[in-house]
Amino acid sequence: MSKGRAGATRWLKVHMGILFAFLYLPLVVLVVLSFNDARRSVVSWQGFSTRWYGEVFDDPQILASLGTTLVIAAVATGLSVVFGTLLALGLERHTRSSVLDSAVYFPILVPDIVTGIALLSFYSLIQFTLGTRSIMIAHSVWGIAFAAAIVRTRLRGFDRSIEEASLDLGVKEIGTFLRITLPVILPGIISAALVVFTLSVDEFVIAYFTAGRTVTFPIQVYSMIRFGVTPEINAVATLMLAFSMLLIVLALYLNRPRQSAQATFLEEVAA
Amino acid sequence: MSPGAETLHPEVSAPWRPLGRSRLGRLTIAPAFAWWAFFLLAPIGLVLASSFFRRGAFGGVEYVFTWDNYVRAIDPLYLRVLWYSVRIALLTTAICLVVGYPAAYFIATRSSARLRNALLVLVILPFWTNFLIRTYSWIVLLNREGVINKSLQSIGLTDGPLPLLYNDFAITLGLVYGYIPLMVLPLYAALERLNPEVREAAEDLGSRPARILRTVTIPLIVPGIVAGCVFVFVPSLGNFPVPQLLGGGRKIMMGNLINSQFLEARDWPFGSTLALMLMLILMGLLIVQSRVLRRGREIGIDV
Amino acid sequence: MATRTKGRWTTLLAASVFALAACGGDGGGGGGGGNGDGVPQESGPVTLQVMNFANYMPEDIAERFEEATGHSIELTLTSSNEDAIAKLEGSPEGTYDIAFVTSPFAEGLINADRFEQLDHSLIPNLSNLYPEASQLDYDTGNAYTVPYSWGTTGICYRTDLVKSTDVDGWDDMLNPSNELSGKITMLDEDRWLLLPALKSLGYSANTTDEAELSAAADLSIKAKATLLGYDAETFYTKLDSGEAVAVMGWDGWCNYVSDPSVVEWVLPSEGSDLWVDVMAIPTGSTRVAAAHEFINFILEEENGLWVAENILYKVPNRAAMEAVDPALLETYPNMAMDPATLLEQEALRDLGAGQPAFTDAVTRVKAA
Repeated sequence: MSKGRAGATRWLKVHMGILFAFLYLPLVVLVVLSFNDARRSVVSWQGFSTRWYGEVFDDPQILASLGTTLVIAAVATGLSVVFGTLLALGLERHTRSSVLDSAVYFPILVPDIVTGIALLSFYSLIQFTLGTRSIMIAHSVWGIAFAAAIVRTRLRGFDRSIEEASLDLGVKEIGTFLRITLPVILPGIISAALVVFTLSVDEFVIAYFTAGRTVTFPIQVYSMIRFGVTPEINAVATLMLAFSMLLIVLALYLNRPRQSAQATFLEEVAA
Repeated sequence: MSPGAETLHPEVSAPWRPLGRSRLGRLTIAPAFAWWAFFLLAPIGLVLASSFFRRGAFGGVEYVFTWDNYVRAIDPLYLRVLWYSVRIALLTTAICLVVGYPAAYFIATRSSARLRNALLVLVILPFWTNFLIRTYSWIVLLNREGVINKSLQSIGLTDGPLPLLYNDFAITLGLVYGYIPLMVLPLYAALERLNPEVREAAEDLGSRPARILRTVTIPLIVPGIVAGCVFVFVPSLGNFPVPQLLGGGRKIMMGNLINSQFLEARDWPFGSTLALMLMLILMGLLIVQSRVLRRGREIGIDV
Repeated sequence: MATRTKGRWTTLLAASVFALAACGGDGGGGGGGGNGDGVPQESGPVTLQVMNFANYMPEDIAERFEEATGHSIELTLTSSNEDAIAKLEGSPEGTYDIAFVTSPFAEGLINADRFEQLDHSLIPNLSNLYPEASQLDYDTGNAYTVPYSWGTTGICYRTDLVKSTDVDGWDDMLNPSNELSGKITMLDEDRWLLLPALKSLGYSANTTDEAELSAAADLSIKAKATLLGYDAETFYTKLDSGEAVAVMGWDGWCNYVSDPSVVEWVLPSEGSDLWVDVMAIPTGSTRVAAAHEFINFILEEENGLWVAENILYKVPNRAAMEAVDPALLETYPNMAMDPATLLEQEALRDLGAGQPAFTDAVTRVKAA
């Protein structure tokens, strides 16, 4: 590694550190305030208490709303990634229109309130029952746009000759896609999934209008504004953070570098 | 052949020889567009069509054709809000690009495969909490008697409290904070293809880092940059809670404006007009951008 | 060309949807009324669909109601009046059986024929209410709505931080003394944002006169310079921290400060508004009788008492207010306000066709 590269890496690491500090600073406050002994304030500190964590586990509705939110996000992400990847492939390889290129961003241009109200009216018109499914569909509408745009970044300059070679060798199209194309676009799919999932989990306006009686976590929280958002919400958020961090650590541990089978064999032979 | 080497010659991979029969290829865009036709175009078409009609006395829609809404929409009051929103959204996008690019670059090229996905998740993890309480937490940090001011004063860096809240600074900060992952992730997706061997090869041949950036890196990741900028600019323009909570309601942006027409004034026709005009402007910009880039590629400029 | 085939299919699909929609009537927004006549009613124990804010009713109300009547409740959460109305109007009629909204918004829905007329014979507990509760201008005699809680808007300030100013009216917020300048917040919601200026200029809170609105907007814009910000959610916490020393707030909300002993609530001398949170039955409901039972049940003394003791609002339920612990009334004096005084304030009304002009005035203030 050249000296310049090592220096650059060091600055990059500093940059990452500052970015993470920026991203997590309000979370420190959020976690601290989950221990706030105040009935309806998450903005001023009034003493230490762990009672909100107790409240979370006594409150089936809040946990249910969280569960609903995660399920909706998962399905919306799945739909978005599948439709979006297809769309990206089609736009990159089979169309030449600038209009269609830009059409991929169209759902993102529509203001939330318009999408929400429009879908509510539309669902009522076609008598589609409102509930988790109506929200999943609503979220997939903009999710496809995000997914397609992100996956498409992986397709620029993709060397088709490898795919053609695979086809010439007799591998069917679907096999070629899974074995050749997919690994290359996978980082795009992962990015897209992370983006859509995150946006769906925290989305309020569209979910509110298309939810019917369903309560998602954002709907629950926004509904509490009128009489005070309680630190119970901070407690739920803290638990989610803790749980996710645990998963990350677990994933890192399971993926830790291990000796390859060949290396182990060679060691035994040498001994 | 390493995936990196061929990326210097995008014209080799021109998509003009489709896999299999071309009709099958074109079908790949059909599911998404059909889904959108039914669940997006039809519903919002019905709502936005009301822009040609009048608000009823109690908030409904009176089906009397009129251009009044469009005439009203170009009133300086609304144009001023649009201009303010554009300024803030542009600033936000620029900051996100400057801050987000090095981060995406680091994750894509300087972290081990094992750490890569973990870093991505860590970037986006804060946004699995709830927007409202994250924003409240920023208020706790930024207000006059808040954590940041108290800390700065206690270590002697400032004499009095800094105005960090209820102004443009706070709005921009809130928007940058909220949308930075939407810049980092698409950039990462694009940058991850940048094989380090390619760049090192160029470095070994004597290219300075800045030139490499210009001639190799950037052309390859332009789609990523475009995606990231759209993902940040457009929602920033239409954001409403950030100006309301962090801006103290002192300033409004297009999102607040459109919302207030639909919800407060219950004037769906006029709200639809504003929304439609905004969407058309943005769509126009996107088409121009796409055309410029496609033209560039066709005549051989590597963009 | 490559895209022509796909384009044709999309057009066909879109066209068929539009055709379907055109046959189906207008796409939402103030659709037809109807009085429940001819709407088939469910019999036997039903599940009432109630739309309300979180934490606004006693936690055990569903159980007690089911015990008393056999009907169960399903709650749809809403976040604001405006959102509630948009959702109500966009949903098919009959989706909701009970809606909780604030008076001016309720009146708008009454005028749009979206609420059922109430049968008072099914609500004997109306006798629990103060006589003033049936003299409310937005719905005299409670023909369509029943009040749940009520109050007015005023100023709360820190008595320990405001020493030399006599805070007694809107003018103190609009033309603040040095002590207050830069440490004032006003309410962010449209109807209340212009209220101080309107009242200070002697106008009605329900005016739609362009000249009056313009004058009020100008005054509000001038006042913006000395304002900390607009806040309708966390203003009481700003009072706690001292960042604001005087805030405009609904009376019940001012009671949420952490130390009431250093905060005083003032009814402005120029006059203020009267707002009432009400319950109503949206048209198209198939459970009208059960909905009436619910309203009647809510009017029981213990439910009104819960609201007073937990939400710290005044309730129009006389039986409940008389049962409130006197110590609570001492800590929060605005809860002891006499209904007659409350009714001297101007009830907020629906602005009808004048609403867009009002919204524009507010937009002008906020965009300035």
